Amino acid sequence: MASPQTLFDKIWQSHVVDVQDDGTTILYIDRHLLHEVLSPQAFEGLRLAGRQVRRRDATLAVADHNVPTTDRRQGIEDPESRLQVETLSINCREFDVPIFDMLDPRQGIVHVIGPEQGFTLPGTTVVCCDSHTATHGAFGALAFGIGTSEGEHVLATQTLRTSKPKNMRVLVDDPLPPGCTGKDLILAIIGRMGTAGGTGHIVEYVGRAFRDLSMEGRMTVSNMTIEAGARAGLVAPDDKTFDYLKGRPMAPQGVQWDAAVAYWRTLKSDDGAVYDREVRIDAGDIAPQVTWGTSPEDVVPITGAVPDPQDAPTEAKRTAMRRSLDYMGLTPGTPMTDVAIDNVFIGSCTNSRIEDLRAAADILRGRRVAAHVDAMVSPGSSIIKQQAEAEGLDQVFIAAGFQWRESGCSMCLGMNPDRVAPGKRCASTSNRNFEGRQGRDARTHLVSPAMAAAAAVTGRLTDVRQLAR
Amino acid sequence: MEKFTILSGIAAPMDMMNIDTDQIIPKLHLRTIKRTGLGKVVFDELRFNTDGSEKPDFVLNREPYRRASILVAGDNFGCGSSREHAPWALLDFGIRCIIATSFADIFYNNCFKNCMLPVTVGKDDWRLLLNDAADSDNPRLMVDLEALTITRPGGDQIAFEIDGFRRDCLLKGLDDIGLTLQRADKIDAFEAAQSEQQPWLYTSAVQ
Ligand code: SF4
Repeated sequence: MASPQTLFDKIWQSHVVDVQDDGTTILYIDRHLLHEVLSPQAFEGLRLAGRQVRRRDATLAVADHNVPTTDRRQGIEDPESRLQVETLSINCREFDVPIFDMLDPRQGIVHVIGPEQGFTLPGTTVVCCDSHTATHGAFGALAFGIGTSEGEHVLATQTLRTSKPKNMRVLVDDPLPPGCTGKDLILAIIGRMGTAGGTGHIVEYVGRAFRDLSMEGRMTVSNMTIEAGARAGLVAPDDKTFDYLKGRPMAPQGVQWDAAVAYWRTLKSDDGAVYDREVRIDAGDIAPQVTWGTSPEDVVPITGAVPDPQDAPTEAKRTAMRRSLDYMGLTPGTPMTDVAIDNVFIGSCTNSRIEDLRAAADILRGRRVAAHVDAMVSPGSSIIKQQAEAEGLDQVFIAAGFQWRESGCSMCLGMNPDRVAPGKRCASTSNRNFEGRQGRDARTHLVSPAMAAAAAVTGRLTDVRQLAR
Repeated sequence: MEKFTILSGIAAPMDMMNIDTDQIIPKLHLRTIKRTGLGKVVFDELRFNTDGSEKPDFVLNREPYRRASILVAGDNFGCGSSREHAPWALLDFGIRCIIATSFADIFYNNCFKNCMLPVTVGKDDWRLLLNDAADSDNPRLMVDLEALTITRPGGDQIAFEIDGFRRDCLLKGLDDIGLTLQRADKIDAFEAAQSEQQPWLYTSAVQ
């Protein structure tokens, strides 16, 4: 009998086109997503070499990083941003690649629209010149970020030259406590593993905590796998996955749907399959999480305090912590709930889906944003925005004092005009709290959507469980 | 692609650990549609003041290092975001070889795609090379990819290793897309089999 395989082994093996003498694998790529920032040079390369896109039906482009979240019919003011977005359209026209441009009703953040359209499917290989491609792993797809030259290689050959990563299992067997979401779970995991903890590995998330999550929650978890240094995260597909995909525009239909589901049901790790590494985490005692520093591993429970560098194990770590605290303007020992904030951002490919907006709106209903706080929401896609409006969520946000914006990467990285001002402090549902990420000298605290809404209401970092109804 | 065989040039010393791709090229400069032209902003914040004037202490602002084609840098060079703009910016400045004790994965990979050679050496050799580079009167090194040696200014040689396939690609200037396309029959066969087993991957994508 064949030896038991992990989910990752199964997907990998079913995509090997060829193995070279030196061990390099030519891996077939089923789905290729593109956005305007890291793709122009890939198209330029094709053009210079006189090459074509091998499978336009397996390729999808969208403008998201540079697009304004205010009225788009006015166009883009910044000339460089405008050129990048226009170049994507020109390239897609020239190479006949499907594109959702800035004004398309299906436009949105690249990692939100893939699943939303049913472009992302279980058992597939998905790549994009973007590290948060890991998001799509929530569907049991092997999804990872690549460089621009690798993107050009995929456009021309529909394959990648690569070598096989290692396999790691993260097991969380117990259910999440009330008030905790997929965001709190993944922040707790990154806090435990560290930002280099997953280097060289593909992570499979196994156990009750992940099974219980909605597809939205699983996407949040998978999305931030890269913050633990791993290339990709995987959750085995189940009925929730199939229910989410059924009827999506690019998902299989009719008899093909039935055949696909039958195949997808085989996509799980066999009993006794061996992983290179295992990590087990107890979810039972985690509280809502918040970051205090400038790395996603700088995590504490909201009930905790700003840590003291003196307690760090090594001098290198102490130095790094001091630098972080200096940048963040925080004093060791301060309770996290004493930290006042200036901005709230609800958005990004981590937390901008309908469930995220509902969770934030639940906290905000009948409440007001604190007077000194500047708060905005940018839904993950134009379709999510429409759905939220149909549910009346936009009115809840607006009544509370939030700005209700168009969809895009927005304040997650501030390539468009949405930025946190120097020295200001933001409770953000995005994924990176690096120095300067949300704007020069901006200070970021990563939290879940409900926690962001709670912070908006009180004007400081807040334990959402105290506002829950 | 261009070939990389022997590179003889000025080596600039950068004794810093963990130089990340954000330091090599900040996100502000990602709003470009070209691979070229980024040399003038490479190491932007290390190299220039906010008013655009040069920081005189920064190595690439000093003679003879303005003309450097080799960089001797610290541990874990190129960590952080996957942006290929980092090697593009270095290359556009004129740097084609980086010598360090270790490199971040994606950056290392990205170098070979751009006919650049990242060389990993041991701590002791690295120290010697850093000192050679720091001697501004004669900071010239010769990197020979065929012989797998670095020749120091005084004529001593230091050996290094590199993966055979990658070396071959650089030496012959092979374009890996071209190489893969030579296997087009295998890709065709894979697609034929897959479209039989999972037809939905071929019929249901973007309309
Ligand atoms: S939302 Fe942020 S993390 Fe996600 S793709 Fe956009 S910039 Fe990257």
